[in-house]
Amino acid sequence: MADYLYLIPLFPLIGFLINGLLLGKLSRSMVNLVACASVAASFVVSLLLFFDLKSLPPDSRVIEQVLFTWIPSGTLHVNFGFLLDPLSAVMILVVTGVGFLIHVYSTGYMKHDPGFGRYFAYLNLFTFSMLTLVLANNYLLMFVGWEGVGLCSYLLIGFWFEKKSASDAGKKAFIVNRIGDFGFLIGMFLIFWHVGSLDFRVVMEQAPIVFIAGSGLVTAICLLLFVGATGKSAQIPLYVWLPDAMEGPTPVSALIHAATMVTAGVYMIARTNILYMMAPDALMVVAIIGAATALFAATIGLAQNDIKRVLAYSTVSQLGYMFLACGVASFTAGIFHLMTHAFFKALLFLGAGSVIHAMSEQQDMRYMGGLKKYLPITYITFLLATLAISGIPGFSGFFSKDEILWKSFSSANGHPILWAIGFVTAGLTAFYMFRLVYMTFHGKERMDDETRKHIHESPYSMTVPLMVLGVLSVIGGWIGIPHIFGATNYFEHWLEPVMAAGKHFAPVHTAAAESGGASTEWMLMILTVVFVLAAIFIAYLFYNKRTELATAWRQRLTGVHNLLLNKYYVDEIYGAIIVRPVINLSLFLWKVVDVVFIDGFINGFATMYDGSSEFMSKMQTGRVRSYATLFVIGVVILIAYMVME
Amino acid sequence: MIDITAAGLDFSLIAPEIALLVAAFIILLTGYVRGLSNLSFTIAFIGLVVGIALSVGQWGQQASGFYGMVTCDNFGVAFKVMFASITLLVLLLGTRYMKSRGILKPEYYALLLISTMGMMVMANTTDLVVMFLGLEIMSIPLYVLAGFARRSLESNESGLKYFIMGSFASAFLLMGIAFIFGASGTTELRRIVADIGFIIDHHRIFLYTGVTLILVGFGFKVAAVPFHSWVPDVYQGAPTPVTAFFSVGPKAAGFAVLLRIFLFGFAGLAFLSSVFWVLAVLTMTIGNVLALRQKNVKRLLAYSSIAHAGYILVALAVGGENAISAAVFYLVAYAVFNLGGFAVVTLLETRSGCKSDFVELPGLSKAHPYLSAVLALFMFALSGFPPTVGFFGKFYLFAAAVKANFIWLTVIGVMNSFLSVYYYLRVIKASYIDPSEKSWAPVTYSPAMLVVLFITVIGTLGLGLFPQQLLQFAREAIFAFL
Amino acid sequence: MIPISAYLIVAAVLFGIGTVGVLISRNMIVVFMCVELMLNAANLALIAFSRALNIMDGHVFVFLALAVAAAEAAVGLAIVLAVYRNRETVNIDRFDMMKW
Repeated sequence: MADYLYLIPLFPLIGFLINGLLLGKLSRSMVNLVACASVAASFVVSLLLFFDLKSLPPDSRVIEQVLFTWIPSGTLHVNFGFLLDPLSAVMILVVTGVGFLIHVYSTGYMKHDPGFGRYFAYLNLFTFSMLTLVLANNYLLMFVGWEGVGLCSYLLIGFWFEKKSASDAGKKAFIVNRIGDFGFLIGMFLIFWHVGSLDFRVVMEQAPIVFIAGSGLVTAICLLLFVGATGKSAQIPLYVWLPDAMEGPTPVSALIHAATMVTAGVYMIARTNILYMMAPDALMVVAIIGAATALFAATIGLAQNDIKRVLAYSTVSQLGYMFLACGVASFTAGIFHLMTHAFFKALLFLGAGSVIHAMSEQQDMRYMGGLKKYLPITYITFLLATLAISGIPGFSGFFSKDEILWKSFSSANGHPILWAIGFVTAGLTAFYMFRLVYMTFHGKERMDDETRKHIHESPYSMTVPLMVLGVLSVIGGWIGIPHIFGATNYFEHWLEPVMAAGKHFAPVHTAAAESGGASTEWMLMILTVVFVLAAIFIAYLFYNKRTELATAWRQRLTGVHNLLLNKYYVDEIYGAIIVRPVINLSLFLWKVVDVVFIDGFINGFATMYDGSSEFMSKMQTGRVRSYATLFVIGVVILIAYMVME
Repeated sequence: MIDITAAGLDFSLIAPEIALLVAAFIILLTGYVRGLSNLSFTIAFIGLVVGIALSVGQWGQQASGFYGMVTCDNFGVAFKVMFASITLLVLLLGTRYMKSRGILKPEYYALLLISTMGMMVMANTTDLVVMFLGLEIMSIPLYVLAGFARRSLESNESGLKYFIMGSFASAFLLMGIAFIFGASGTTELRRIVADIGFIIDHHRIFLYTGVTLILVGFGFKVAAVPFHSWVPDVYQGAPTPVTAFFSVGPKAAGFAVLLRIFLFGFAGLAFLSSVFWVLAVLTMTIGNVLALRQKNVKRLLAYSSIAHAGYILVALAVGGENAISAAVFYLVAYAVFNLGGFAVVTLLETRSGCKSDFVELPGLSKAHPYLSAVLALFMFALSGFPPTVGFFGKFYLFAAAVKANFIWLTVIGVMNSFLSVYYYLRVIKASYIDPSEKSWAPVTYSPAMLVVLFITVIGTLGLGLFPQQLLQFAREAIFAFL
Repeated sequence: MIPISAYLIVAAVLFGIGTVGVLISRNMIVVFMCVELMLNAANLALIAFSRALNIMDGHVFVFLALAVAAAEAAVGLAIVLAVYRNRETVNIDRFDMMKW
């Protein structure tokens, strides 16, 4: 069975070739069939290989298949090969599994779009690239996949290129990602320079011999790779492209900008865990950036009214959690959260897509409300995902988030402040997610009559994936139940072989801290849950009564006072001392820090580039004499330099 | 190293050149004879194929003849094969275009062949004077070819500018050779290498001035900044097949000579590395920056060719076996995908009234999906995306630079190649994304053009997936060169 | 015996005049002649070196260079003629259709 590893990326590639080459020649149902079947086939092979891998003893759970020697020249020897180990097994299952569901969903969602052929071709190409990325057995092939997914992301964000905002967003994503890639490439060069190979297994074996733990070199490599990760996985300061990426079709947001591609950075760091374990300083940077992004994005999420933007900032925030986990040397927890997040965030996006579909492309939550009765399936599945992301005990998000929080508190690389940031973010997450649910599904119906007439539950092709993902969002976390519940953490055991080598470099007192902390762990867990429940309650208070509140405020502003004002006295205090500052702060972060500084920096750079181009092209006057003058100036400078030598 | 004393008139060493010359003369003689004039293309084609075959026959031979004026080694042979192949592709891609513009004359073929022969002469020697002669044999037909469309004002201007700047640069080159001759008493690089210590000690000023002027003369041909300013105007005005030829042929010839002179002849002058460092950085940066705002695809490709020259100059700054083989690799790769790019542009320009401005591109992807996919492929190759051969060209160059500890040069080079992505993508964007208003005048393919597109696409992708064969070839080419 | 430096100075001056001529002249015929002047300056330098070093090679190179210059002159004048026919001017600054 191991010989069939190459089939996993091959199927989507075939799907892409069929749909791409026969663009416009296939009927709609044929395109759908090819696209979905190719991913389904990959999923089946992945599943079979997973069981194959599972039947091996834990220490030898590695299947490597070298297809051919790609670049065998001189010192650079690169194989074109795939590597299946517990880590990549998790990834391919997520990519093909969630990917398949989203392909199915897309057949319904894109039913009325004339560009469906192009859409599915891109989607298959994306799946192929993503599988290449996670299955690659060396950095160079991984980079090929890395660029491939970037390209597909660019193409799909700008899918509706007639909209200027869509093609601008595509460009923005592309440019920001280039900055990250630059770091990745330099990091890769450095690894090759010192290790002499780009093969993962060789690098991991050689790393302890070649590098000195804690040295500047290994720290630099890790930081450069992390720059690549911040670009792809939307972390501070390169996260700006992700919210704009929501211009693409919603299933694309679900697949690429929530479940799979954006997690590539986390995967890369987990894959390189041994180097990171050797560079505690780099780990600290990863943890701080991760925690900061988690909090920062969550606060911005509080103030957004566009349903997809809330989810986008939420994705950034959850990715921050994953990096926080990696940064405290708990790569397992990071990958675990990656997996559960893939389930519930894909579900949230698909649910949002279903809502938008029903609302005749309306995305502003202020014009929604009361959709519960029109879209029962969407509502229930969406609620399950919301409970999961909020971390309600029993749901998948609870287990992964709790593990991250506990590790950031207890790990030798962790710190109570990191925990505190994660803790606050957990509350904010619950708050904005329930705000979203209340504004969308509960309360008064704020849409116009024309829209209301068209509201309908989505077809089965869309609701069935929602239901499957709903189930996964609930049970997905049960494979990683913490020890203190008396259960076995299967997930941790599964990934143990991949992380074993890195453990060697972990500071020694880790074990002691963890064993002594069972009661602390309980306490923190309960504290978090209580905090989350409180946040949900506040959201309920605010947004289930928002209509009255808004009316009251309007009346007050026009100078008309009434008793209602006193009745909501409590609300007003809340509004004045908590909500408003938070909203102002998040507006500030969004409008000033994000838009002015970070966007400004990138735009400024582009302007400078453009301006210098304009200036220099003025020197191309078209006149031979000025060319000759430039020529002679060059000669004079050169001769002067030479004579001085 | 080859024995200098080997003398005598060994015509087998210049057999490929003779083949091209004979073909050119036959074309000139028969071109205007009624009934034979249609044979020009065939004769040129046969001449080139024979030239390639004879060059390939010289592979592995290490010989010197004509009293040291001609040196036959793998390096020269590799370039000779490359030049003749480039001309062959240009011949195939251009005939239809020249005919549609009413400028397909027998001289066109003869001039191309003679120019190619000049390049071969350049690559086939280690003597500076012969290099100068080769350069002139190559350049003088090029001046004519640039202005070949006599009725077109753009073409006139292109020929005039190229002629003035070209002869101006030649004067500097000749002066440089005179100084080298004065400093060392010879123009034969192997003799200079043998005495370099003595020459530096006694005739420093002459030597340095001469080296600088030679650098200027050949730097002009490869379009190194600040000797680049003629490139965009000449490229834009010349008939497109001729531009395609300009962008790869003379450039490769210029680099063949630069590599020989500066990494073999004057390898003893260590400070040259820093000169090339600066030239490389300037050339790639300014080429890329200028390309950014172009509204004409030909002009954009002209600036991009400057930037690519900058990448290859990195090899001259770095030196050593890895860098030279990377440069040879890059030149071959660049020839493949750049010719491909120009083939598409030529094809689009065979439609009447088209000047390949950006505004003409929208609608291409709808009207000709395959052609626009091919164009996109070449743009990706030019910007260095894997899995095209463009990626490996840059990869080997920068890997050689990193290995020799040129970290900053690599950083600047990699940054430049990322920035260049932007303007190449503009071409793709124009053909895929921008809305088209006018109806699209259809493109008709000629069989010859299909052959060119096929070869270049296969080359771009095939060498990108399996670059080791080409790298192996590049390594063998520089065997016995150092 | 006139020292070699004298010849070289003459050659350098000629070369300089040629260069400056190319830079400042607007008439393309004059530009063209200035380029010829530069080539001849190089020839002079070659002969001077050849004489000083007592090697005949330099003389032979000059013949080759003269042949090249003649070929360039033929092509150059032809281009100037063709250009003049279309534009009816020899002012080199007027030829700036393609720029930026």
